Amino acid sequence: MNGQRPSEYPEIVPDAAAILDDVAKVRCEACPIRCFIKVGQTGSCDRYGNVDGVLTRIDPVTILQRTRDRAGEIVPFAVLHDTWDGELVRGEDFFVTGTGSGTTYPDYKPAPLIVSSDVRGVDTVTVVTEGIFSYCGVKVKIDTDRHVGPERAIVRSDGEAVGHVTTGEYGSQMLSIGGVNHLTGGVKREGLATMRAILALCQGESTELTVDGGSRLQLRAGSAPIIDGTLEELMRVGCGSATVGMFAIDWSTLVDEVVVVDDHITGVLTEHQAGVVLDMPASGIVITGRKSTPGRYFNIAAPGSGWGGTDLVDPLAIIERFRADRGAHPGLRLLMVGTTGESSAYFVLDDNLVPRSAEMPQAVQDSVDHIRLNCEPAMTSVLFIAGAGGSLRAGVTKNPIGLTRSVRSRLTSVTCGGAPVYLWPGGGITFMVDVTAMPPGSFGHVPTPAIVAPLEFTMSTADYLAFGGHAGSIRSIESVLADERIRQLDGSHLLGDR
Amino acid sequence: MSRPIAALTADGLKLHLQHGPIDLIITAEGCSNGRREAFAIAEDVMQTVLIDLVAELAILRIPAGSGRAVAGSVASRMISATSGFGEIFITPMAAVAGAVADHVLSHSMQAGLDRLIVNNGGDIAFGLSAGRSISIGLMGPASDHRLGGTVTINEADDVRGVATSGWRGRSFSLGIADAVTVFAHDAAAADAAASVIASAVDLPGHPSIRREPACALQQDSDLGELLVTVSVGELDAAEQHEAMQHGRVIAERLADGGRIAAALIVLGDQWCAIEGQHGLLGNRLLGPAGLPRG
Repeated sequence: MNGQRPSEYPEIVPDAAAILDDVAKVRCEACPIRCFIKVGQTGSCDRYGNVDGVLTRIDPVTILQRTRDRAGEIVPFAVLHDTWDGELVRGEDFFVTGTGSGTTYPDYKPAPLIVSSDVRGVDTVTVVTEGIFSYCGVKVKIDTDRHVGPERAIVRSDGEAVGHVTTGEYGSQMLSIGGVNHLTGGVKREGLATMRAILALCQGESTELTVDGGSRLQLRAGSAPIIDGTLEELMRVGCGSATVGMFAIDWSTLVDEVVVVDDHITGVLTEHQAGVVLDMPASGIVITGRKSTPGRYFNIAAPGSGWGGTDLVDPLAIIERFRADRGAHPGLRLLMVGTTGESSAYFVLDDNLVPRSAEMPQAVQDSVDHIRLNCEPAMTSVLFIAGAGGSLRAGVTKNPIGLTRSVRSRLTSVTCGGAPVYLWPGGGITFMVDVTAMPPGSFGHVPTPAIVAPLEFTMSTADYLAFGGHAGSIRSIESVLADERIRQLDGSHLLGDR
Repeated sequence: MSRPIAALTADGLKLHLQHGPIDLIITAEGCSNGRREAFAIAEDVMQTVLIDLVAELAILRIPAGSGRAVAGSVASRMISATSGFGEIFITPMAAVAGAVADHVLSHSMQAGLDRLIVNNGGDIAFGLSAGRSISIGLMGPASDHRLGGTVTINEADDVRGVATSGWRGRSFSLGIADAVTVFAHDAAAADAAASVIASAVDLPGHPSIRREPACALQQDSDLGELLVTVSVGELDAAEQHEAMQHGRVIAERLADGGRIAAALIVLGDQWCAIEGQHGLLGNRLLGPAGLPRG
């Protein structure tokens, strides 16, 4: 077009998509090849990629590998504990984490990493892509009375065995997922399924698991568990016996007998120590189950998804009868309630001492609500467990034992993605960390299958040098910030805040 | 711009050299002086490998038979290893990993060493002194992460290179083989042959196989617009067998022509072995246990 344009003609705009594309390409200067990389692709080495127009280091294990090799750069992510006020460096609050080495972008291509692994019986291994084997897992705590499966039952993901139900805890069912045997001891499908399950749980994604002879679970770290399609909202405040003890005073003036139904211990108020202390008359109730101490019964029903973690749907099924010679009388008021207060029923004995359903008085309903309101929201908690192996420690210092000792004596602190960890006593550096305390994208994987997670050792420079730390690899915070591609987070990323 | 990185493993027995996309694990056995010297030479050689390759990269991406000349040592090995394949599509880049391994080996292998192994991401060049041998672990079926088998190469065999190619690896493939392992005179020859055989293992047009133009995935790829395998769905035994047969035909031709000593093709749960005149695999292949021969 030349000369004047009629004002109603639109402005001619060059092809916006082409411009965007050109603008978004990056030239990588990391090696002599100097790849020109389009958005969403990687360079020849697959270590650098174009993420939204930004040249980004994307290979997880090479970071660890380089730590091991005592050379090369670490790509840090800065995690700030307090609210970020916009300043670049916050002095002592500034903490460099290993997070950022955990990305798996892009997913369709495995990282071309090489780690010399010794395989028994051969001098070298020719494979299409060599990988690493790492041994780790998660412990999952599910706050629920619901029976999810018998102890030692296999837990499956996509049909493959990835772990098992381990010994239950108070108010919780416990799963143990991962470990070397599932990751690498069986067929590859099992290893891949195990790795994916661990990764999903660590990343706070909804994960579906099934328990042999048990339930179907949908679990997400920091969220209520879904068991056999039912969202479990509440965690019991106490077992049947404890609940009797806690609410006995409320009940003693409102009803003549209370049975608190629970998979572990079912409490019967008038027989219980609490009822005795309150001078409640005997009710003549006879229930099923094995008596422990007075008013406390084991195994009143089988485990299940009914009342109080049992398979009970009709609470009267556990009452054998009422005995007149032991205090039962017509008009006796009976409350039955589950340990979360979500299930309850009110009965009055008729002339034949048979419990008949009756409308629950408001005061009694209030006591049931009282139980429910004292129950905490049910949650799924995921702890990632792993160990810092010899080669990883050798990446820090010439004397790995020096690092271990420094950690034991608390001169060196250990964190995972900046989150505090629990260190197991005993040999090595084995830790557990709450995954919801870590930044998003902390975990990654390589196709071996193996999990990659960030790990930081923090100590004074003097201590570092004292145990043989690699002096030549020390870099100041300022130089790291100036040279490297970093992302700063202000703390609102933490999964636990959802 | 990064420089090559060199680091010893914790036990001091292996050297890791890395520059850009090149990762070498070098194992040297013999007296400690010999090992130290071999490592020093390897590190020195590594300083210019990538730079020299990059200088002639444009030529090396042109399909074989262009008649273009190169000056670099690694580049020359690549051109040589990929010539004479006739109508089969191949560029010198198909032999880059093996050629780099051969180049580093040729400079570092010395009298004082019993064995020297240069492993370039699964493409391996090795040197053996009199009476020595090497055992090579092979990849098993994709459904089983354990080793599929082991082959022992003796110093008397005319084999000093082994390479494995497959669509899941770091290089693109036109075919669907899980792994093609080739034993040849040197690593560059093994590398080129493995790529070619793996590309031939295929079921053209099969709906379960997803392909994309190579340049769409990696802009400067030497494969240009050619369709590379991105994913492979479920295939039944008959389909796996048919695909493998295409690869077998190529492998047999290469073996008969003396270009390779032996090849192994793995696809799904099946495998097949192809041998040249010297029967390399015959009595030396231990395992793969329990796998049906394709």
